[in-house]
Parts: sequence; C-alpha cells; structure tokens
Amino acid sequence: MIDVEHALARMVDGAGPFKERKPLMIGIHTGGVWVAERLHKRLAFTEPLGTLDISFYRDDFSRVGIHPQVKTSYLPVSLDGRHIILVDDVLHTGRTIRAALNEIFDFARPASVALAVLIVRDGRELPVQPDIVGAAVTLSPHQHIKLTGPNPLGVRITEKPE
Amino acid sequence: MIAEGTRESAEQRQHFLTTETLSGRTITEILDTAESFISVGEREIKKVPLLRGKTIVNLFFEASTRTRTTFEIAGKRLSADIININTSVSATQKGESLLDTVRNLEAMHTDLFVIRHPLSGAADLIARSVPRHVHVVNAGDGRHAHPTQGLLDMFTIRRYKGDFRRLTVAIVGDVLHSRVARSQIHALTALGTKEIRVIAPRSLMPAAVASLGVTPYTDMNAGLKDVDVVIMLRLQFERMSGALIPSAREYFALYGLTPDRLRHAHPQAIVMHPGPMNRGLEIASEVADGPQSVILPQVTNGIAVRMAILARLAGAQAAEAKTS
Repeated sequence: MIDVEHALARMVDGAGPFKERKPLMIGIHTGGVWVAERLHKRLAFTEPLGTLDISFYRDDFSRVGIHPQVKTSYLPVSLDGRHIILVDDVLHTGRTIRAALNEIFDFARPASVALAVLIVRDGRELPVQPDIVGAAVTLSPHQHIKLTGPNPLGVRITEKPE
Repeated sequence: MIAEGTRESAEQRQHFLTTETLSGRTITEILDTAESFISVGEREIKKVPLLRGKTIVNLFFEASTRTRTTFEIAGKRLSADIININTSVSATQKGESLLDTVRNLEAMHTDLFVIRHPLSGAADLIARSVPRHVHVVNAGDGRHAHPTQGLLDMFTIRRYKGDFRRLTVAIVGDVLHSRVARSQIHALTALGTKEIRVIAPRSLMPAAVASLGVTPYTDMNAGLKDVDVVIMLRLQFERMSGALIPSAREYFALYGLTPDRLRHAHPQAIVMHPGPMNRGLEIASEVADGPQSVILPQVTNGIAVRMAILARLAGAQAAEAKTS
C-alpha cells in the first residue's frame, strides 16, 4: 500500500524549494532519524544531521512516566538563525512535533522550521501541518501505523485493541 | 523470586531509599537515563520541562554541600520548584517532631522529599508516613544508606571502566561508619562486579563484612593489588565514639592513599572519593588532584544521576495512578 521508496522520492522533490535556504536537517528518534538519514544523503546536505529525542518534552510524561531507553539529542551545529527541516516518520496527532519544537527552542532560535514527514495521516489534535510529505493515508482511529527499520524501511499498520 | 520482584517494584515506584533492593536491571536503567541527562547539562539552556509544576523539598538535618546542591541543580534542570530546608533554621529546633515537620511541608503540597538525617532509618520512617502521591528520596540516613551517592559512583565507574563483571573494586577506609560503602557494595553486587574488596583497619571494619560478599583486607598494599577502581572513604570523626584510630599521622601512614600506594593498583585504575576529602588523612593531594582521580567528575555525574532518579519517581507515580 505505501511504497517507502516512492514516498522518499516525493520527499526529495518536495524539499527542492527549501534547499536554497541552506537548511539544517534534524530527525526525530527513532523512525524520523531513519527517514532523515536517507533524505540527508539524497539531498547531498554537507552539514551533519542532527537528532532529537523528545522524551523529556512529552506532554504525557505525567501519565506514562519516563522511557528508560532515552536517546541523546545530538545537534552538532548551532541552530541560531538557521533554517531547519524537521523530519519525522509519521505525522498523527501533532504532539510529537509540538514537543520537538519546544526542545529545539531550548537549544536556540532558528530562523524557520519546516516539517517533513514520510507519512501523514488523519487524527490531528494540534494545529500542525507538514511542508514536505512522502505519502498520505486515512486510517480508522483504531489503526496504528508504524515505520519499521532501519534496513530496509517498511510500513506496518496494526489494529489497536479497543 | 517473584515476591522479591514485586516488592522491589512497589517500593521503588514510590520511593528511593536504598540500593539494597535494586536489581542490576533497575540500576542499569537508571544509569542509562542518567546518561541522556548528561547532555542536558551541556546545552545552552540546561533545562527540560519534565517536572514542571512539581515541588521538591530538600530537607537536610545534617550538613551537606555536594549532595544538597546537586539535588537542587537536578531538580531545577528538570524545571521543578525546589526548596531547601536546613535543620539550623527549621522548627525542629523548637521541638517539632520529624514527622510533624514533614506533615506541615506536605500540607504545602510538596510532591517529593529529599531527606538527609543523622539517624539510620529516618527516610524509611518518613516514607511510611506520606500519602501515595508523595515521594521520598534518601539522601543519607545515619550509617545506613546513601543510595544516590552509590548510584552516581556506579555511573562514574561504568563511564570510565565499562563492564562490572570484569572489574575489581576496592573500598578503602572508614567502612564501619560509611553509609556510602554500604550502598556501593549492594549496587556493585547487583551489577555483578567480579570482586569487591574492603580495606580497613580492624577497628573500622564492620564485624559481618564478609557476609556482604566482599573480601576484607587489613593490609592496604595487598588489598590494592591490581584493582581497577579505588574508592576512598572519609574518616567520619563525627560518628566515632571512642578512639578507633591511634592518630591521624599513623592512619595516613597505613591507610592513606599516596602515589606510592596507588602503584599497587592497575596502572589505569581510577581513584574515587565521595567527598568531603580529608587531604593528608585518607588521601594525599598528589593523588586527589592526580591524573587517575575522577573525584570531580563524580560530582558532575551526581547531577545527571539525581535527575534520573527524580524523573523516574515522578513519572512512575503517574503510571501507577493510571492503572489504579
């Protein structure tokens, strides 16, 4: 149903207009980093890829607690005044992106942030929309879509138990 | 086995009182979380919003600089509101009981208490009296335990030396009065340390030390032979009743860590001390400030480890509230 290669190619096309701003790319752990690694290579970005783990910024911490395997956010280049392409695997409720933006602004004040996602689905709970999209799907609220990887990348849709 | 596992999770979900009941897996999880907090301290804005809106009270009935300050910084880096109460300025001097003090602070909607007290068991006593949504962290109780120090030492050892199953660790000095040593021994054991040695004069060696699974040495040079980690302890004169050491000079001659003594250890051995140090008494300045010393990194690591412990407790409470 979703061809990851095709979706990645669409993202590369979609990123075209952003290239002249010399953007920095940041992937969100874990799936977003997998996607970002591929985009970063195909777009031939020369500055290193940044990675974000948004665990410390999640809005459901008070409900689910801390994830024991938090990865470290790695932003090797100063974001101040830079244009950013933020990459994630799936855009669903928008809460992950909200958390990622908060974290980015704790590091610096970028000039702009564009959102690139491999898959956009319905179910937004916040006013967050992507700028670069690989593929769009409509799912029932009981369905869950997940990127599997890192090699090869695949997409799995599961039914959530009620 | 199962009963033990359940007990561990129930107690540890709410409080952090001792390393004695912690499994190697739980310790490793805490150290992994701490590792990710290290990077927060290296950022421009050294703060994450995890504990925003939570109130932490640092309740210290005993002097402390390092522990209190690193807990305060840890709480602040997690965005909690943190208040320091020291015994010299508190109502306990007017005769208010420990539990009354805690109840009053609880009435101010405190979420988490960090407690240091000269009596063993004080943190447990408070933990038993607080409601389920309030957490207690033991920051040192008498001779009993100092579990956050124990874990920050494990974190430091892991960062420099890696796999505990290959390490020989020597704990040197006033083991008898040391809550730090006790917490370290339990944690080192849970992590599967190859060999744990305790080096002390007979008068400062706890009677049942071998029952903890450690090898006692009264000869410093023999005990240090080829060890990977040397942990020096502070001589705790304030807890000594009677003359347990003949003189400071003689103690240093027999058990002080000098560059010459350190040569008995593995050449890449690290030297640790929980602080505060008595220079020239248990450790020579050349060693304390030398290339093998990781005493200051221990302090830095203490912030990240304490952040991990605070975040774990505050988060677990929520997880429990959801399931119950």
